[in-house]
Amino acid sequence: MSQRVTLASLVLLLALLFAGAAQAVKPDEVLADPALEARARALSEGLRCMVCQNQSIDESDADLARDLRILVRQRLVAGDTDQQVMDYVVSRYGEFVLLKPRFNLRNALLWGTPVLLLLVGGTFILLAARSRRSTATAALTSDEKAALDAILRRD
Amino acid sequence: MVETGHFALVLAFALALVQTVVPLFGARTGNHKMMAVGAPAALTGFALTALSFVALATAYAGSDFSVESVWENSHSLQPLIYKITGTWGNHEGSMLLWVLILTFFGALVAVFGGNLPATLRANVLAVQGAIGATFLLFILTTSNPFVRLNPAPIEGRDLNPILQDLGLAIHPPLLYLGYVGFSICFSFSVAALIEGRIDASWARWVRPWTLVAWMFLTGGIAMGSYWAYYELGWGGFWFWDPVENASFMPWLAGTALLHSAIVMEKRSALKIWTLLLAILTFSLSLLGTFLVRSGVLTSVHAFATDPTRGVFILCILTLFIGGSLALFALRASRLTAGGLFHPISREGALVLNNLFLTTATATVLVGTLYPLVVEALSADKISVGAPFFNLTFGPLMVPLLVVVPFGPLLAWKRGDIFAVAQRLMAAFAAALLAVLVTALFIDGASVLAALGVGLAFWLICGAFTDLAVKSGFGTVAPATVLRRFAGLPRSVFGTALAHLGLGLTTLGIVGTLCFGTEKILSMHAGDTVELSGHTLRFEGLYPAQGPNYSEDRGRFALLGADGSIAGEITSAKRSYPVRQMTTTESGISTIGFSQLYLSLGDEASDGSVVVRLWWKPLVTLIWGGGLVMMAGAAMSLLDRRLRVGAPSSRKPAGAVPSASPP
Repeated sequence: MSQRVTLASLVLLLALLFAGAAQAVKPDEVLADPALEARARALSEGLRCMVCQNQSIDESDADLARDLRILVRQRLVAGDTDQQVMDYVVSRYGEFVLLKPRFNLRNALLWGTPVLLLLVGGTFILLAARSRRSTATAALTSDEKAALDAILRRD
Repeated sequence: MVETGHFALVLAFALALVQTVVPLFGARTGNHKMMAVGAPAALTGFALTALSFVALATAYAGSDFSVESVWENSHSLQPLIYKITGTWGNHEGSMLLWVLILTFFGALVAVFGGNLPATLRANVLAVQGAIGATFLLFILTTSNPFVRLNPAPIEGRDLNPILQDLGLAIHPPLLYLGYVGFSICFSFSVAALIEGRIDASWARWVRPWTLVAWMFLTGGIAMGSYWAYYELGWGGFWFWDPVENASFMPWLAGTALLHSAIVMEKRSALKIWTLLLAILTFSLSLLGTFLVRSGVLTSVHAFATDPTRGVFILCILTLFIGGSLALFALRASRLTAGGLFHPISREGALVLNNLFLTTATATVLVGTLYPLVVEALSADKISVGAPFFNLTFGPLMVPLLVVVPFGPLLAWKRGDIFAVAQRLMAAFAAALLAVLVTALFIDGASVLAALGVGLAFWLICGAFTDLAVKSGFGTVAPATVLRRFAGLPRSVFGTALAHLGLGLTTLGIVGTLCFGTEKILSMHAGDTVELSGHTLRFEGLYPAQGPNYSEDRGRFALLGADGSIAGEITSAKRSYPVRQMTTTESGISTIGFSQLYLSLGDEASDGSVVVRLWWKPLVTLIWGGGLVMMAGAAMSLLDRRLRVGAPSSRKPAGAVPSASPP
């Protein structure tokens, strides 16, 4: 993640040097402070463009995405932390806008699935292996044991 | 011709019902004549579906706009290749392709299944027939591609411009060969459950079919990824789009199945689990078809949507997934568990592989469906996007990739982890060297990026170590090594190639994500731009006219070190008048394994043009690795063991004359 942030700031710096940056992020949106702009782009990657199908506002050319990008930058300039910006955007647009769902009770199953499955699956495999081994060693009946002893004694 | 196709499809449906009922009943009552109906029914069903498909393709190729589906998805000015590929570039046609491939696999079982026990073959064909019958009914009642229009329109409405690409010729057929190929494993599993036993021929049969399906699915996904990469103009190769996930889930489950099938075949352990995986893999294929075809998701691929169809497919899903799982619950306890093994063994490694792959599959499944469930239960809407999958799927893959080189080197039953680690020392040293070189000599490399490169080299060198160890490198004379190398079973090469491909794909992903650079600027004709050591000069915009579109081509000269022109990149803004859509045709120049990717933006009033330029290091390895994985699967399929030596319990000649193996 930090790699992408530094990358974004590098791109931004180059874009500022060469002037006329455009793409989804238009030149008139770009903040003067590169550190603040880098934070804005990192936040934008986690916000969904509400009218697009599966794009973040950082990638989208839609007007609504542009409005949201400007809003994010306004809050950053006003001195909000990243968390405050996200909270503000969610209070206006709902959780739908977050590409990374929050850690809360409703999303417990979503975030918990990988960990839960690894634990349950791992435990099951361990137990199965152990029970199999014990049944395997207990498989000899007394008759078989006697026969085996007889064979061993012969040598 | 169109009516012939329609009629053939109805006949294929009726025949599929026969293929389901008669052999199933025959297998229950021990009636060999009834069991023998399955094979000719499957062959004829395939011929009829093929006839139907050819009829539709002919209508498309000849621009017969009296057929509604042709009118909606074709245009007389389209190049012939896109007229033909347009046959499956829409809901109705793609469902017909789906069923065509399903009946094709059914026919393959009929042709090559001569050495299967008669009841098993009858049951497999019956299950295959049942899947075919439901999907044919679905096509005939809700998605009939042969509906006529009267009066016939003069001109068609054109194929979606995004689909007017060679990708459409390759991607869906490959993907469906993969998706539907798993139906064979499914049918075999359900047949085994119906019979209540898994015999040796079952194990021998499931692995090659899994390999075939997996090979095609790998190709289909890689092709789809490359298509999205160059066609959508964003330069991304994977978007975690629900439709992509729909094809990725069967791939993950199929990969797990491939590995557990090895254990089952070699050591006859994990039988019940393999059977369950086979059912789950095809269930995920069905689910993928449902997600894409019902329009329940809104995503970039949703070009065909109709909610009424969703209910029908949901019924099919319930019938097959619910039915097979219920059967599994009832019958699985009858199946006997197989051989024993120590946790540190080849079997143990493959179990670990299965644990991580199924967890990853479930993670992608939950991530894809969660928004739907939340919306259905609470009327709230949430999004689950790339950041979620990167945070969950990524960490699940890392430990799996780390243990990959150990697997093939461990012995069956009881392995020696320290001996294996010793053999892997060279690979480990190479990986460590790659980490150090990356961290020290590449500017801006983060620790994570360096570790990523190291992981890729670990996989690549691990694959070579596997081959070296198995040919006795370093322990016997060089001539003996060569002889042993040449004499290795093909499946050993298959494993090494597939793991090598995995390493190459990992390297490509790490290279692109961690070392890619990007520049966005507006350029006038004559301006130059420099990115990661490559200089481009904008030569200007030139209007051009295609058969059914007009475009502005931006020409860029790739300059050499001395300022001479070393190459050219062309990117275009294309506008299709019929659908009033514009597309961006990206310009790509491949340099080594890396690519310069250029996409043209809007033209400003002062004549300057917005240009988005990316340097994507090693990006071609992402898909190249996929091709190497496919080659590995093909190599495994050529293994002698899979061609000969399948237990023979052939019925007396004459019982099934049309189905003896060639």
